[in-house]
Amino acid sequence: MKESLNSPGVQIPEELSGQVAITTLDRIYNWGRRNSLWPLMSGLACCAIEMICTAASRYDFSRFGMEVMRPSPRQADFMLISGTVTKKMVPQLVRLYNQMPEPKYVVAMGACASGGGPFKEGYSVVPGIDKFLPVDVYIPGCPRTPQALLNGLMKLQEKIDHQTLKSDAHWYKKGGSAPIPVPILGPDLIDLRKIEQIRLASQAPEPGTDEDNHEVPHE
Amino acid sequence: MSDHSAIVSTIAEVLPEWFLPDNRPGYAGLIVPSERIHEAAEYLKDQKHFDMLTSVTSADYFPEDRLEMVYHFRRSTGGEPLRIKCILNRKDSQIDSLVDVFPGAELQEREVWDLMGVRFMGHPDLRRILTWEGFAGHPLRKDWKEPFFEEEIKPYKSRWPDGKFIRAEEKNPLGDNLCFPPGFDPESWVPDKDETLYKSMTRVAKAGEDGFDSDTIIVNLGPQHPSTHGVFRMVARLDGETVVDLKPVMGYLHRNHEKIGERNTFLGNMPFTDRLDYICSMSNNFAYALAVEKLLNVTPPERAEYIRVIMAELTRIVNHLVANGFLLNDLGAFFTPVLYSLEEREFILDFFEAASGSRMMCNYFRFGGVVRDLDEHMMGMLKAILERLPRKMDELEKYLIGSEIVRVRSEGVGILTPEAAIANSATGPLLRASGVPYDLRRADPYSIYDRFDFDVCVRYHGDIYDRFMLRIDEIRQSIRILKQAVRDIPNGPVLTGKPQYQVRVPAGEAYGRVEGPKGELGFYLVSNGKSNPARYHVRAPTFINLTSLAGMSRGNKVADVVTILGSIDIVLGEVDR
Repeated sequence: MKESLNSPGVQIPEELSGQVAITTLDRIYNWGRRNSLWPLMSGLACCAIEMICTAASRYDFSRFGMEVMRPSPRQADFMLISGTVTKKMVPQLVRLYNQMPEPKYVVAMGACASGGGPFKEGYSVVPGIDKFLPVDVYIPGCPRTPQALLNGLMKLQEKIDHQTLKSDAHWYKKGGSAPIPVPILGPDLIDLRKIEQIRLASQAPEPGTDEDNHEVPHE
Repeated sequence: MSDHSAIVSTIAEVLPEWFLPDNRPGYAGLIVPSERIHEAAEYLKDQKHFDMLTSVTSADYFPEDRLEMVYHFRRSTGGEPLRIKCILNRKDSQIDSLVDVFPGAELQEREVWDLMGVRFMGHPDLRRILTWEGFAGHPLRKDWKEPFFEEEIKPYKSRWPDGKFIRAEEKNPLGDNLCFPPGFDPESWVPDKDETLYKSMTRVAKAGEDGFDSDTIIVNLGPQHPSTHGVFRMVARLDGETVVDLKPVMGYLHRNHEKIGERNTFLGNMPFTDRLDYICSMSNNFAYALAVEKLLNVTPPERAEYIRVIMAELTRIVNHLVANGFLLNDLGAFFTPVLYSLEEREFILDFFEAASGSRMMCNYFRFGGVVRDLDEHMMGMLKAILERLPRKMDELEKYLIGSEIVRVRSEGVGILTPEAAIANSATGPLLRASGVPYDLRRADPYSIYDRFDFDVCVRYHGDIYDRFMLRIDEIRQSIRILKQAVRDIPNGPVLTGKPQYQVRVPAGEAYGRVEGPKGELGFYLVSNGKSNPARYHVRAPTFINLTSLAGMSRGNKVADVVTILGSIDIVLGEVDR
């Protein structure tokens, strides 16, 4: 890590090279962040089992500084969406994301979290967490192997490496970022950002399409 | 089968006005008039000793305006299940609840209400279970269409053979997996705040012994909670630290397995079964393959039968290792014991990967065999696993059984009596640790399990410790079976007939089940002669085992509830489907 911390082209005398590094603020800031990424401990489905495997001794993502899984969103740096996101679960996930402190990242792990996967056509599945949260890294596979997860996490580290305080650190700007509105459960999932569209679609139904023949038996 | 059909015909003869044999070709069992179901269930329980109601489900025969309730009764002493059906109409479907006779029907009847819209009269707490209160419609009805609906059955014409596929989002008016009833106004909608759930729980406000008034509080554990084994939620009413009442809340991983399964082809469902109980995918494959083979009436060749047993028993070992590891997690030994479990699991997963091409989602079984043969190298891997595992189990036992913390936390906690276990339709280690030696591999043998020499493990205290130890015992028995299977496995083909993508399945119904690592895993299938199942129901063992959770938790401390849940060993993929 010493090489990546020291700015290229700056010579450090041999006897000081273990103790002194000359670098930029961006570099040391990102060096610190990339090597202590703490994931939010939240397992959703099948991918969570492989995530636990990745944490265990054979694959061991603590080699990259990620071993501290935090059950509390207040202490987590990034969120691993480890499995199928259902309409019943997505309000909780959005709330967890809102509770995480900046800078925060989202990794969509596996096919389901990235785009619905094999369960996309299901009536209570959200086809990809990116409908609600800004995703930084998508990892394909069903379930993606532990190796693929490690690769995805290294991609996240690369992304952090390329961020600069000047242009990317919106979390230091005034006001911060606005929380994402938590969706509510109605007859279907109500995304509060799309409320106008929902009203238009349900009050002026196009006749003859399958979607409108939605029979609601006795309630 | 002869024993079973004898029971069916005697019952039908003794009470002809109650029980009519189901004579449709491909169907079996008895039909009971729907107003008689309660008396019939009592009769079967008291007179005929069918003391377990293992499965409650329903099937929608849409164009015919007919909805069938399908019950499977079992004897806890063994034997085949007895299938009872009730015919309802689709408009106003209601039937008497069986919860007072068989408490194990509680969650299953709620599921049938939620997904199929059958109202159960006299059910103590008939709320939606997998979807949420306020959800529009009952999704498993054949005329209910999901927002991304394309066609009734696969393969969809848009994808095959022409392959001009348009993304589902582009067809939906909202551009998303959403669909609202006509005239819905999102702004006036009042979401359900779980008030009905909280009100349904026992409320005991008592005056304390020392004269202070005390009240109870509601605490929600989950769905995001470090101890809940996935997205499971428990609502507990606490008096101090003691649990007064507890309700499981599920559906946070409801992935519409059954609706998707009814659109898929028979073979197309095989990879979906992997994702039910994602720790034991091979067992799920096994049960589904057995159900379809019953309809097809094929038997796999000898070598395939042995390979199936090998895979199923390895899966059992994996599951029990993981279950025990996470149980210790819940006891507070955070992550260290799991590392030992996962280490052994990796060896078995490597074997699965060599055999099937995937670590977890194996998709290895086919109707009439398995997809690939095992070669010499793989058999060598298997022998190495079998040489290593007994030593490792000794090691695990040495470190854990004597541990005072494990024993104090688990002995005498979360007791399930044998009577309650049978009444709640519990199966698997949960039932056997309560002193009921019921294992489908012996009670109602399938595949070639009758050839192997092994013991049905049973322990008698019904507490967390016994469930923990029972899993260790079962691993040892599985190793015994595996050693015999490796010794006796013959050479030969591994698949009957040619591999087919679209299997034509004769019309009829079938219930295939295995003794999965978590209990009786069953698939109830109805075929109407097409390439897709008309009804596809999964009898998920952990879903039904959760019926016992509230009873085991009452009177215990909150911290113990977490371990009690761990000892039931749930996997949410299967609970919520």
